[in-house]
Amino acid sequence: MQNDKLIIGGHEFQSRFILGSGKYSLNLIEAAVRDAGAELITLAVRRANTKEQENILDYIPKGVTLLPNTSGARNAEEAVRIARLARELGCGNFVKIEIMRDSKYLLPDNAETIKATEILAKEGFVVMPYMYPDLNVARDLVNAGAASIMPLASPIGSNKGLATREFIQILIDEIDLPIIVDAGIGRPSQACEAMEMGAAAIMANTALATAGDLPLMAAAFRQAIEAGRKAYLSGLGRVLVRGASASDPLTGFLHD
Amino acid sequence: MENQFFVDSEHLSPAALARKHQLETEPASRTNHMEYLPGMEQIDSEVCARVMEQMNTYDYSQYTAKDVKAALEHERCSIEDFKALLSPAAEPFLEQLAQKARLETRKHFGNTVYLFTPLYIANYCENYCVYCGFNCYNHINRMKLTTEQIEHEMKIIADSGMEEILLLTGESQAKSDIRYIGEACKLARKYFRMVGLEIYPVNTEDYRYLHECGADYVTVFQETYDTKRYEELHLLGHKRIWPYRFDAQERALRGGMRGVAFSALLGLSDFRKDALASALHVYYLQRKYPQAEMSLSCPRLRPIINNEQINPLDVHEKQLCQILCAYRIFLPFVGITVSSRESAEFRNGIVKIAATKVSAGVSTGIGDHESKYTGKESDSTEGDEQFEINDSRSFDTMYRDIAEQGLQPVLNDYLYV
Repeated sequence: MQNDKLIIGGHEFQSRFILGSGKYSLNLIEAAVRDAGAELITLAVRRANTKEQENILDYIPKGVTLLPNTSGARNAEEAVRIARLARELGCGNFVKIEIMRDSKYLLPDNAETIKATEILAKEGFVVMPYMYPDLNVARDLVNAGAASIMPLASPIGSNKGLATREFIQILIDEIDLPIIVDAGIGRPSQACEAMEMGAAAIMANTALATAGDLPLMAAAFRQAIEAGRKAYLSGLGRVLVRGASASDPLTGFLHD
Repeated sequence: MENQFFVDSEHLSPAALARKHQLETEPASRTNHMEYLPGMEQIDSEVCARVMEQMNTYDYSQYTAKDVKAALEHERCSIEDFKALLSPAAEPFLEQLAQKARLETRKHFGNTVYLFTPLYIANYCENYCVYCGFNCYNHINRMKLTTEQIEHEMKIIADSGMEEILLLTGESQAKSDIRYIGEACKLARKYFRMVGLEIYPVNTEDYRYLHECGADYVTVFQETYDTKRYEELHLLGHKRIWPYRFDAQERALRGGMRGVAFSALLGLSDFRKDALASALHVYYLQRKYPQAEMSLSCPRLRPIINNEQINPLDVHEKQLCQILCAYRIFLPFVGITVSSRESAEFRNGIVKIAATKVSAGVSTGIGDHESKYTGKESDSTEGDEQFEINDSRSFDTMYRDIAEQGLQPVLNDYLYV
C-alpha cells in the first residue's frame, strides 16, 4: 500500500481524498484536512477574491496542495481567466475546471470544459476537469491535455451517491488517467463503493459540510476511501464482481 | 384594516395639492398603467403571461392539511406543492416547513451567510407611489451625491470591511441619469468586489452599459403583481407602467448582467398571491436563462417619514417565515435576502433556516454614512430616508452575531469576469 500512489500530472499523493473547502466555517478547515488526511484541497477562486482578514487561503494549512476551481465561469473563456487569476494569487499550477451554464443543478458544460482544458494545459496548468460522465468527452479531455478526469456521481450537493455508476465504470475501464469521482457523494459507503469500482480518488464537500461533526465525518470518509481502495487492489471476489458463477468449469469438456 | 397612505404636506403649492388629490380620488385622471410610454423597450416574452395565469387561478383556500403533508414529503417541490406550502393550511406546519427549508439551504449553501450594504446615492423621484418615503409629493430633504461625495461614502463603507455594495437611487431619470449611475458603478468597482444595482427599470442597452461600468446584479421589486392594486398605489410617473417593470430582469439578463433579484413588497396586496407570483417569476425566468443567478427578497411595508402608520397589515412574522420557507423548498438554489426592515431577532432566526444574505451597517438616507458609522457630525447636508429600518446593527456586530451562531459570514463570493 505504501507504493500505491495517486499520480496527477506527475505529482504524487498518498491520500485519495480530495477535500472541498466551501459551505462550512473557515476555522474548521484545519481539523477537516487533518482528519481527512487530505493532501489536496479545492477552493473557489471567487471566494479567495477577498480582503486579507477573511481570506480562505489563510485558513488552509501549509503543505497541502491547493486545487483552485473556476466556479462562477459560464464558458471556457471565463474559466481560463479565473485559472490565470488563481495562478496570480499564488495558488499554484493545479486547476479544477468547473463551467456551469445552469444555476439550478450546477451541471458542468462538457463542450466548454474541453475548450478550457486545451488552453490551460498548453499554459502549463495541471488541469482537472469536472464533467458529466461521457466517454467521448473523456477521450477528448485526454487529448486536450487533462491530468485527470472528474466525473460527477450525481448533482452537486445532492448527497445522492453514484447515480451515474455505469458510466463512471466505463470511464474507469477505458481511460488511462485517474478517474476522480466528484459531486453527489453523500456518505462514506458511497465513496467506498466508487473506490471498489476502481476510482482513483474521491472529492467531497457538502457531505462533510452538512454533517453534525465535520472532522469526524472527514475521518469516516478517509477510512471508507482507504477500505475501498484496498478492496479494489485486492481484487474483489468474483461473487461480488459480477454475480455468482458455476462451480464446475463450463469448458471441462475440452481435451486438446 | 387598510393602510392610510395619503398624507398632504403643507409645503405643496395649491396646484400641486389639487393634482395630488385628483390622482388619489379620480381614477380616470390617471394614465393607463398597462400601456408603455415612448422610449420604453418592449420585449417578446411569455414569462409574464405564465406567471399571471398561475396567480390569477390560485385559490389558496382550496388547499388542505393533506396537500401540505404531501408537499412536505415530496422530494421535489412542484408548483402545486408550492401553492399548498403558501396556503393558510400550511400555517400549522410551520416548524416542519422550517426543518425542510433548513435542510435545502444547507445542501445548497452550507452554513454561509453573505453580507452586503446598500448605498443610496440620490433620493429624487418623479413617481407618486403612495407608500414610499421618496414619493414626489412627500416633503423630505432631497439630495443627489456628487462624484466626490459618492467616493467619500464608498471609502467609509469599504473601510468598515464590507466588500459587496448595492447602489440605489430614487426613480428620477432627470436627476439620476444612466451616465450618473454608470459613474457610480465605476467608482464602486474600485472599492468593492461586487456591485449590485437597485434603480429604476431601464432598456437592455442601458443595462449593458451599466454592466460594462461594473455592475453585475440588478434588483427590481415589482411591489405587487396584482395589476389592479398596483394601479391604485402607483399613481404617477414611469413606475406606473406595470409591464415595463415586470420585464426589467429579463432585459437586465439580455444586457449581460450575471444575476437578478425579485420581490413583492408584502402588505400591499394579497401576500400569498404576491409570494406565488414572485417565486414563479424566478422559476420561469430561470428556465429561460438557466445560467443566470437569481435571488428573492421579502420586504414588508415599513413606516416612512411623515407617515408613521404604514404597516404590513396581515403579514406577521409567522407569515413571513412561512413564505421564506416555501420559497426555499420550491427554489432551493436561489439566494434569499432579508433586509434591515426586519428585526435583529427575526434575522438571526431566519439565517438559520432559509436566508442566505443579510444587509448590515444600513442607512436608507443619502450621504449620511460618515455620521452613522463614525458618529462624526457631518458638515454637509444629508438626504432623508426611504423608510425606517428596524435592524441597525453595524457590519462588525452583524459579522460577530452570525459567527456566534455557528454560521460563516462571507464578504465576497464573486468575480467580475
